Amino acid sequence: MANELTEATRQKLLSRLRQILPADCLVSDRESQRPFECDGLALYRELPLLVALPETTEQVQAVLRCCHDLQVPVVARGSGTGLCAGAMPHPEGVLLGLSKLNRIIEIDPLSRSARVQPGVTNLAITAAAAPYGFYYAPDPSSQIACSIGGNVAENSGGVHCLKYGLTVHNLLSMEMLTVEGERVALGSSGLDSPGYDLMALVTGSEGLLGIVTEVTVKLLPLPETAKVIMAGFDSIRAAGDAVGAVIAAGIIPAGLEMMDALAVQAAEDFARAGYPREAAAVLLCELDGTAEEVDQHINAVKDIFARHGASTLRVSASEAERELLWKGRKSAFPAVGRISADYYCMDGTIPRSQVSHVLEEIARLSAKYQLRCANVFHAGDGNLHPLIMFDGGCVEQIQRAEQFGAEILELSVAVGGCITGEHGVGLEKLAQMQSQFSTGELHQFEDIKAAFDPTLTLNPGKGIPILKRCQEYRALPGRHQHG
Amino acid sequence: MADQSEQLRDAVAVAAAGNQALYIRGGDSKRDVCGRACAAPALEVGGHTGILDYEPDELVLSARAGTRISELQQALDEYNQVLPFEPPVYAGRATLGGTLACNLSGPARPWLGSIRDAVLGVQIINGQAQLLNFGGKVMKNVAGYDVSRLQAGALGTLGVITQVHLKVMPRPEATLTLAYEMPALRALDIMRTRAGQPKPVTGACWVGGRLYLRLSGAQSAVQHTARQWGGDPVAADIWEQLREQQHPFFTGDAPLWRLSIAPGAALAKGVSQCLDWGGAQRWMRGDLQGYTPPPGAHMSLFAGGDRNSEVRGELEPVQQQLQQRLKNAFDPQGILNPGRLYSWMT
Ligand SMILES: Cc1cc2nc3c(=O)[nH]c(=O)nc-3n(C[C@H](O)[C@H](O)[C@H](O)COP(=O)(O)OP(=O)(O)OC[C@H]3O[C@@H](n4cnc5c(N)ncnc54)[C@H](O)[C@@H]3O)c2cc1C
Repeated sequence: MANELTEATRQKLLSRLRQILPADCLVSDRESQRPFECDGLALYRELPLLVALPETTEQVQAVLRCCHDLQVPVVARGSGTGLCAGAMPHPEGVLLGLSKLNRIIEIDPLSRSARVQPGVTNLAITAAAAPYGFYYAPDPSSQIACSIGGNVAENSGGVHCLKYGLTVHNLLSMEMLTVEGERVALGSSGLDSPGYDLMALVTGSEGLLGIVTEVTVKLLPLPETAKVIMAGFDSIRAAGDAVGAVIAAGIIPAGLEMMDALAVQAAEDFARAGYPREAAAVLLCELDGTAEEVDQHINAVKDIFARHGASTLRVSASEAERELLWKGRKSAFPAVGRISADYYCMDGTIPRSQVSHVLEEIARLSAKYQLRCANVFHAGDGNLHPLIMFDGGCVEQIQRAEQFGAEILELSVAVGGCITGEHGVGLEKLAQMQSQFSTGELHQFEDIKAAFDPTLTLNPGKGIPILKRCQEYRALPGRHQHG
Repeated sequence: MADQSEQLRDAVAVAAAGNQALYIRGGDSKRDVCGRACAAPALEVGGHTGILDYEPDELVLSARAGTRISELQQALDEYNQVLPFEPPVYAGRATLGGTLACNLSGPARPWLGSIRDAVLGVQIINGQAQLLNFGGKVMKNVAGYDVSRLQAGALGTLGVITQVHLKVMPRPEATLTLAYEMPALRALDIMRTRAGQPKPVTGACWVGGRLYLRLSGAQSAVQHTARQWGGDPVAADIWEQLREQQHPFFTGDAPLWRLSIAPGAALAKGVSQCLDWGGAQRWMRGDLQGYTPPPGAHMSLFAGGDRNSEVRGELEPVQQQLQQRLKNAFDPQGILNPGRLYSWMT
C-alpha cells in the first residue's frame, strides 16, 4: 500500500518535473542515482524518488513550487562533501542538486565582494578574486570540491578561521528561495541587515529554512606575506600550553593547528612534509600580514614554542615550503583513509584549556572500544576532529565506532563545549542535540523551523529533532511510509 | 553583581499571563535611537549585572546583560584585551544586552566585525517566559540555529537578553591615526583603494573636510605603513567622537540618518554627510525626502525625526512575512518591545 502511494506520487512528480527541466537534468533510474545516495559520511545512504539538477534559479523555483504543491520533501545538495549526512536524500523526496548553478556573477574590487551562484566551489571564488589581489578567507580542507552554498548551509570553517572568521563572518548578502519558491534577498550591500538578521539565521541552517540561490561574499586583500612555523612537542600538554601562550601574548595567528602522534605519522606518510614522526604532538602556526609584522611575530612565536619545550622547530623559508607544511595537515583526512579502510570524523568544540584532558579521555575510550583514533585539532579555536578508524565491512565495528563517537560528543558538551563546530548536525548528530539543548530550547528551534517551513518539507529529519509537531508531521500527505 | 534572572522570568510570565506589553530597559542610553518609540511599561534589566566568567587565554568573556560596557572594558584592560567591535559607551550607561539588541559597533566594523560577529552565545527569556540558552562559550558552534546572532539588531523583540558570551581580542600593540585634508569624493576613493591593500587598517572615515585613517597592529607594520601613506599623525579621539556620535557633525536636532551601503557605491549629492566604515556606513543629516538609496543599500532614521514613523524603512512582502513569523515563534503574544522594530510587527 505504502509503496503504491509513493509510486503514484513519483509518477505525478516525474511528469511535472519533466515539464520544468530538460531531460538531462532529471535522474530517475536507480543506478544513475547511486552517486547521490550519500554525502561525505557514507555510513548513511538512501536513494531519493528523483534527482533534479536545475540549471537556472527559475528552474529551482519551479521545482520548489511543484514539490510544495505535492508536499514532497526537498533535500538540497551542493557538492556532497558534507560530513553529517545533511545532504543524504529523503526516500520519498527530491534531491535538489545545485552544482549546475556554478557561475561567478561579478567580482567588485571597489566593494571587495564577489557575487556567485551556490554551486561555485569555495576555491573557485578565491581563484576568480586573485587577479584583483583578493581572496575569500574561509578555507575548508575540502575547498577544491565543496560549494559555497554548502559552506553557507553548514557555516563552514577552515584553518584560517581563527583570524578571519567562519562563513557567517564573511558574507554580505544572499538570495534565498522559500519553501514556497518565493525569492527573498537577505543581508544588504552594506554591513547591516534590515530588521532581523535572517542571513545569520540561515547560515548554518543545513538547508532546513530555504534554498540559497545566490551568495555575495566579502573578499580580503591577499596578505603581503605569510609564513608558517612547525613545532614538535614531546607531550600533548606542552603543545596545548604553547597554544594558550601564543594567544596570551596578544598574537592572533592566521592559523594554529595541532595534530597528535597518530595523525602526524599518517600525514607524514602521505605528504612527506617533514613532520617529526617521534613527536607526541605537532603544532603548525601561520602568521600573515606585512613583511615586518610577520617577521616580528614569527620571532615571538618561535620563542614561545622554544620556552614550552619544542623538540623541533622549523620556519617556512619559501612559499613552496609553506604549502608543503600545510599539505600534510590539509590532507590529514585522506591520509588517515590510507591507514584504515574507513574512518569516522568527529567535530566537537571545547574550551582550549581542556584539550589535554579531552585527548587523554579519547585515548581511554580508544582502548575501551578497541578502535584507533587520530586527532587533528583547530587548536586556536578549540575545534577537535578525532578520526575514529574502523572497518566498514563489519557491522559490529560500525556500532562500536558510532558509540565511541557519541561518547566523544557528550564529553565535549560535558567540558563546556558543543557537539559540532563546523560540520553540522545533519542526520548524524540528531540524538546528541538532546545532550546539548533542553526541551524548551529544542522547541524554540522547532518553532523557528516552522516559521520558515510550516509543513516541514525542507530536508526533513535533519538538523533539529522534531518533538512538538511529530504527530502532525506524520499525518501529512506524502509521508505515509514513516507514519 | 546581582542575578535577577528569576525575577525577570517571573515578570515576563506575569506579563504573558495578562497579555501585557513590556519595554525592556537596560541603561536607558538608547531609548531615542535605533528603533521606534515604545510606550509599554519598562522591564528593568539594568540591575541584572556582573561578569560571570572571563578567560583571557580563551579570549572569551561572559556577563549578565545589564553589565555596563564600561565595566567590561575595565576588566579587559587588566589583561590588555578589548571588545573588538568598539561599542559606544554612551556616558557609561550602555549595557551589554542593549548593545547586542541594537547591534551597535564602532569604526573598526569592516575589519574587526560588530557585536553580531563577536557573540558566541546568549541566554534569553522568550515571550513565553522560558529561560533558554543558545550557542556557548566556544569559538565555533553550529548545533541548532544561530539564535545568538539573531538577537543582534532585533531590538529586544525576540526575547529579554539575560546573558551574553563574547569573543574578545588582544589590544593591538600600536595604533596610529593619520589625517588628510580633502573633499569627500576623493576621500572615498582613497578609503576604497587603501582598504584593498594588505595593510593594518582598522578605521577609515571622512568628516568635516578631513579623511582619517587608523592603523593598528604590530608596531613594525603600523610604522612602515604610516611612512608609505604619509598624512598628518593626529590624536585618536576622532574615533571616539564618531563612535559616541559626539563629533560636531552629530549635534543639533536635524534628523540623523544612517545609510548602510556598499563602499563602492557613489556618493549622494547635495547632502550633509559623514562617511565611516571605509564608506560602508554614511551618516546624513536633515530632511532627505528627495534621496533614494541605491538597491541593496539600507537606510534608517537613527536619531531624531519622527520616532513613530517606520524608522527602519520598508521590507519586501516575503521578507516581512518571514520576519513576522519569526517574531511569533519567539513571542507569540507580541509582548516584548511591541512596535520598537516595525509598526506592523505584532
Ligand atoms: C576531506 C574533507 C575535508 C573537509 N574539511 C572541512 C573543513 O576543513 N571545514 C569544514 O567546515 N568542513 C569541512 N568538510 C565538510 C564539508 O566539506 C563542508 O561541510 C562543506 O561546506 C559542504 O559543502 P557541499 O557543497 O559539499 O555541501 P553538501 O554536502 O552537498 O551539503 C551540505 C548541507 O548543505 C545543504 N545545502 C547545500 N547547498 C545548499 C543550498 N544552495 N541551499 C541550501 N542548502 C544547501 C544540504 O542540504 C546539506 O544539508 C570536509 C569534508 C571532507 C570530505
